[in-house]
Amino acid sequence: MAKPTDLVQGTLDLLILRTLALQPMHGWGIAQRIRQVSNQVLQVHQGALYPALHRLEQQGWIRAKWGESENNRRAKYYSLTPDGAKYLRQEQAQWKRLSSAIGLVLDMS
Amino acid sequence: MRWYYKLPLRLRSLFRKNETELDLSEELQFHLQNQIDEYVAQGMDPREARRAALQSLGGIEQVKEECREARKMNLIENFARDVRLGLRMLRRNPGFTVLVILCLTLGIGANAAVFSWVEGLLVRPYPLVSHQERLVTLTGTVRDERDQTSWPDLLDVQRSCTLCETLFVSSITGATLSIGERAQVMTGSIVSANYFDAIGVHPMLGRGFEPGEDSGRNAHPVLVISYHLWQTRFKGDPEIIGKTQRFDNVVHTIIGVAPAGFHGTFVGRDMEYWVPLSMVNAFYGGGDKLEDRGARWCEAYVRLKPGVTRNQAQQEISAIAARLEAEYPATNRGRGIKVWALWQTPFNHAGHLLPTLEIMVVVVVFVLLIVCANVGNLLLVRSFARRHEMTVRLALGAGRGRLLRQLVTEGLLLSACGAAGGMLVAYWCRHALVLLFPENGMYLPGQIDGRVLGLSAVLCLVVTLAVGLVPAFQTRHLALADTLKSEASSVMGARSRAWFRSSLVVLQVTLSFLLLVGATLLMQSLRNIRTTSPGFSATRVLDTWIPLAAAGYDAPRAKAFQDELIERVRALPGVEAAAYARVVPLSYDSFSSSPIAVDGYELPPNGQSPDELYNEVSPGYFATMGIPLISGREFTRADDENAPRVAIVNQTMAARYWRGQNPIGQRLRVKGNWVRVVGIAADSKYYSMEENARSFFYVPLRQYFDIEPDIHIRTTQPLQTIQTALLREVRGLDDNLALYEMITLQEQVNRSTSQQLVAVSLVALLGGLALLLASIGLYGVMSYTVSQSTRELGLRMALGADVSNVLRLVLSRGLLLTTTGIFIGIPLALLLTRLLGNLLYQVSPRDPLAFGAVFVVMTLASTAACFLPAWRATRTDPMRALRAE
Repeated sequence: MAKPTDLVQGTLDLLILRTLALQPMHGWGIAQRIRQVSNQVLQVHQGALYPALHRLEQQGWIRAKWGESENNRRAKYYSLTPDGAKYLRQEQAQWKRLSSAIGLVLDMS
Repeated sequence: MRWYYKLPLRLRSLFRKNETELDLSEELQFHLQNQIDEYVAQGMDPREARRAALQSLGGIEQVKEECREARKMNLIENFARDVRLGLRMLRRNPGFTVLVILCLTLGIGANAAVFSWVEGLLVRPYPLVSHQERLVTLTGTVRDERDQTSWPDLLDVQRSCTLCETLFVSSITGATLSIGERAQVMTGSIVSANYFDAIGVHPMLGRGFEPGEDSGRNAHPVLVISYHLWQTRFKGDPEIIGKTQRFDNVVHTIIGVAPAGFHGTFVGRDMEYWVPLSMVNAFYGGGDKLEDRGARWCEAYVRLKPGVTRNQAQQEISAIAARLEAEYPATNRGRGIKVWALWQTPFNHAGHLLPTLEIMVVVVVFVLLIVCANVGNLLLVRSFARRHEMTVRLALGAGRGRLLRQLVTEGLLLSACGAAGGMLVAYWCRHALVLLFPENGMYLPGQIDGRVLGLSAVLCLVVTLAVGLVPAFQTRHLALADTLKSEASSVMGARSRAWFRSSLVVLQVTLSFLLLVGATLLMQSLRNIRTTSPGFSATRVLDTWIPLAAAGYDAPRAKAFQDELIERVRALPGVEAAAYARVVPLSYDSFSSSPIAVDGYELPPNGQSPDELYNEVSPGYFATMGIPLISGREFTRADDENAPRVAIVNQTMAARYWRGQNPIGQRLRVKGNWVRVVGIAADSKYYSMEENARSFFYVPLRQYFDIEPDIHIRTTQPLQTIQTALLREVRGLDDNLALYEMITLQEQVNRSTSQQLVAVSLVALLGGLALLLASIGLYGVMSYTVSQSTRELGLRMALGADVSNVLRLVLSRGLLLTTTGIFIGIPLALLLTRLLGNLLYQVSPRDPLAFGAVFVVMTLASTAACFLPAWRATRTDPMRALRAE
């Protein structure tokens, strides 16, 4: 198995917010979803996931609520707040600008 | 980031730690369980799956710790930690802490107290009265001098004024209340019938006055009493309404009890009762005061409509007054009506206190500045002692921002304690202003309301920033390596770092110099006022009056009573002379005034005959008062209603109107009648001790009768003896009569100068305080300088410097700071003492004596403050100081 690409510092927040934009989800689900969607390329380091979630909650971008999981366990579901959605839009635009700029530099011949 | 998401979260993580912890465990447990399930599904056995899951999570305790860290990134928690740390620091140095908190308590307390007086006396002087911010007062004017006004004039203003919401009259009066054996003169108000509705105060029992109760001479003997009177004299009788009470010998029906906490509308006095305007003649005597436009006896309050300025109101009311002047020239010639802001009200104590309180505001701000400089200095000195701690924390990786927050938090703790103490001081001082007045029965409450609290909170914050940031400013310069090394190696007078502390000391010296110069000037002025002769002998003359009009006396009965009483009084043992006069000099009462004409005196170009003041006095007045007669004769009993009218003029008047010729035998026209001048009296003081010599004349009381004159008694006996004897004689003539308060004329003089006394006492008190604080500041700085220069001092002594050299070195350094401060203070003082303006009597605001005296006092005080550190410097042991390297 190829070594999964490490996440660039700060992009974890962006991925979490993007994932939560689809539907409220618990931590485990977020990790699974990121892995599936990125075709197993992006591996969320589980040790980093939860501190990131708590930090985002403190900043008011996501909100937590206890609920039932698919397999009938009590799980903490996170959802995006309106402020978080706004932040996500900003960051996404920023990211796109950045990656296309990097693309330009790399394609230079 | 909306606060309403964050705040509950943060409070939760702060106060409900256990719940947060459980949540965290459960959340991670869920993740772990899912991971194990996945591994099991891949074919691992459960135990191995569990181990692998834990491994992939990277250690459950570490994750938990990181989550806690993520949550802890919040201000509240840091703040709480700073507070705990700060409290610990303060507890560790109790002496320092107490000193700083005491300083701050004084500074903030002095400010809060003065602002509570401003609030309670000038801005919102009348508790329970609604919309005081729109209240203004009206007085009459005669040729731009203030006078009282008449009820018909006020009614016209009320009818025509479109900018006024409401107009009401409240006039202070005294009356005798007799319950059982006790007869006592009490202070109350004569008010227009709309009074209680206009001020929005509703009697707690019974009713207020009804519209008709303004009119009909003495037609409505009804009475609203204060809560205090109801409780004390009527024992809170719940059936009080409808009862009758003999009040000033007129039977009044009690129709209402004012609510508790309502003290009426007169700054300086607590009102005990209110009667409607129709009763004015029963209380004041004399001619009709309801219909007569010329009878000027009252002032009025007006509430302006919202948004109307005082200037607009003045314009409209002046126009009304001009119309009245045209319509009624006989009574209103030269008269106007002036609108005053509530805090300038000239007919109660507000106007008298205004200049004093203005100065006080400036002075307490100075004191607060001094306190800030002082506390800042103390903190600074301590921050040097703590430099090691700060450096270690920096070296261990604390951010400078974090240290700064810590220092500001400590400042906040100190100033919060100081503000709390300051509020206590203000609370205790609420009624302290009264203590400075010699007069009895004054009521001058400060008021501690939201605005005073708000002001104190703002002061607290300002102080926090000032004192917390000073040491913080210094930590900016902390260089790790230098400060971790030894410290006691600076040199006396080394400029680096010391300049900041020194300038704080200089600031304190300058400010206290200003305060002390102000205090000294005021003290000199007071001494001048008190030692100026009023022109009559004050100490041995007693004064009182007997409310006769109120007791139902008419003029003939009053004349008989007065004649009989004065004979009895003159016969009392120890009485040298006695006489009546309508007005006692230097009191609040107004003298009569009249346009006058003199044979041979040409009118000024505008053709208006001049107005002069006069007093109505009985035979023996000049002997009683000790006012010398320059020539001519006193009034005698022969100068009565049937005799030709006569007058006695004072020296200034004789000089002004007769220009060197002898006025005796000449004619003078008073109120349209010609009178003959029979004597010249020496000048004396009439309205105030500060006034310049002014024209004045006297007429016989019998020819210009007043039913309730003051009685003056010249005696060698103590006041108590005469008072008892007089009361006995009065009761011997009529059992229903009471005496008004008896005082010496010296007391009257003192009361008239109480404003200066209050200003002097307060400024001197705070000036002394400022000097003490500045000395503490100087002492602190010098002690620190000495303790930091042991090496240099030791070296000097080892090289042969003796005790006097070292003393001189340290003292000269301290005195340099003081003299710098003083020399900055001198030009400032020259600028600022002019603000004392009319509080100064025969003292130049640049009086060299005052400046010199303060210079000497401050130099002595600072020498004393520097002496202890200097003496300690001479104790330096050269060997120890040098070996310490």
